[in-house]
Amino acid sequence: MPSVIPRSSRHSPLPGFGLSLGVTIFWLSAIVLIPLSAVFLKSTTDGWDAFWAAAGSPRALASYRLTFGAALLAAAVNCVFGLLVAWVLVRYSFPFKRLFGALVDLPFALPTAVAGIALTALYADTGMIGKVLAPLGLPVAYKPAGVVVALVFIGLPFIVRTVEPVLAEVSSEMEEAALTLGASRWQTFWRVILPTILPALATGFALAFARGAGEYGSVIFIAGNMPFQSEIAPLLIITQLEEYDYAGAAAIATVMLAVSFAMLLVLNLLQHWQRRRRS
Amino acid sequence: MGTRSTLREPPLVKALLMAAAFAYIALMLLLPLWAVMSEAFRAGAKAWAAAVSEPDARAAIKLTLLVAAIAVPLNTIFGVAAAWAISKFQFGGKAVLIAFIELPFSVSPVVSGLVWVLLFGAQGWFGTWLIDRDIQIIFALPGLVLATVFVTFPFVARQLIPLMTAQGRADEEAALTLGASGWQTFWHVTLPNIRFGLLYGVLLCNARAMGEFGAVSVVSGHIRGETNTMPLHVEVLYNEYNFVAAFAVASLLTLLALVTLALKSALEWRYRAALAART
Repeated sequence: MPSVIPRSSRHSPLPGFGLSLGVTIFWLSAIVLIPLSAVFLKSTTDGWDAFWAAAGSPRALASYRLTFGAALLAAAVNCVFGLLVAWVLVRYSFPFKRLFGALVDLPFALPTAVAGIALTALYADTGMIGKVLAPLGLPVAYKPAGVVVALVFIGLPFIVRTVEPVLAEVSSEMEEAALTLGASRWQTFWRVILPTILPALATGFALAFARGAGEYGSVIFIAGNMPFQSEIAPLLIITQLEEYDYAGAAAIATVMLAVSFAMLLVLNLLQHWQRRRRS
Repeated sequence: MGTRSTLREPPLVKALLMAAAFAYIALMLLLPLWAVMSEAFRAGAKAWAAAVSEPDARAAIKLTLLVAAIAVPLNTIFGVAAAWAISKFQFGGKAVLIAFIELPFSVSPVVSGLVWVLLFGAQGWFGTWLIDRDIQIIFALPGLVLATVFVTFPFVARQLIPLMTAQGRADEEAALTLGASGWQTFWHVTLPNIRFGLLYGVLLCNARAMGEFGAVSVVSGHIRGETNTMPLHVEVLYNEYNFVAAFAVASLLTLLALVTLALKSALEWRYRAALAART
């Protein structure tokens, strides 16, 4: 890789450094950095007491519990099934494999509102899946379980796409060695394959969690949106805005942003881990 | 030969794993797709055609196209500029700059809309200043564009930065040595080198821009026929229990998602090397 990039020299013979960096920094500041700083500034306009009253109100706390709890649970479900899908994609060949692989990205491409109403139609008591689950005492739509279902849908590609390339790289020599030394197939999976793909799996988990925690469109149709029960934090932000409580909305948004930034940090650490593992 | 076969799972395990993966994909991804289409045509093709061609739906389609037509080129120009600066020159703080560019991906869509209300809403920082001058940003087209630009900010840049970094700057240096001007070098050397990567980024950027829900929901005000994009129109219809119409408009968005997936996969299969710069 380093041989491709010419020796480092600040005075590149190429023109346009000032223009391109200027455009970049201007656009980045105008669209992302200044607007985001507005959230932090607005959240404390009425002082720290008001901030904590809004960000730490029982209703807000209940919404964080649901939002982050459902995001964690959904990411965990996808770790199992995402790994399964990645495994089948990497290891086996079957007809229409490319189509199958392309389909995995559907949650990236499908607008979230469409996903939301489609899942609600399926999981409502009259829907195809809801009809089966409701008599079993497992209602999903308009319940916290609905939030988890929506986030499982949204999160699937994150796990598959991060695990897939690493799983493809697990060398057959390593597996052969494990087998020669007398390990069973199952032991080889647990002791050799899983540790190798663990950093990628953790990265996918973190990505799916981060996306799920902020998700709005696919969730609100299926969630029921009852305060203290099935109301996610992003929805509470909108409720506060509709009541013209800008500072309150900004306070909850600040908590969400703090979690996002923490996840970014975790993801960076995971990437370091992954890189160390690979080299 | 012997080790090769022990490296694979027993046929029964393999069959079970594949069946489980197919079942999961069918349940989580195919069933929602089927739900959208079957609900959209529940009342027949005529009802579907009426729902997607009534004036409010047409206004929503037009607005969605307009917002994407403004937001996508803006972020494309930014993406190319950012990638040019980051990949062709050496300077400090690159890692931080890239992290900032990718920041919008980890922000909840609702917060991405909220930032603009905090800046330009009636009670925002510039609220009174804008009202005095009779300029409307929130609940109008500029707000929709800003929210969309925010959520689609990283797409093009993220695609181009690794590609152009891997390509280095030898081609450009050669062109300059041969007497080409800076712009000529960019148009005739750089652009052809990155065209598939650029197309890929624009494709994903556009899909997200047209399908975005949470961020535009915050800034739109949901004025029928005026500030409703297609996803918002779906929500309005759905909340009015006009399910056939809601799913009819949703089926158009689903079509957009499927076309995006097909083009994306085609690019990945045919130009894998050009996308990853492993030429």
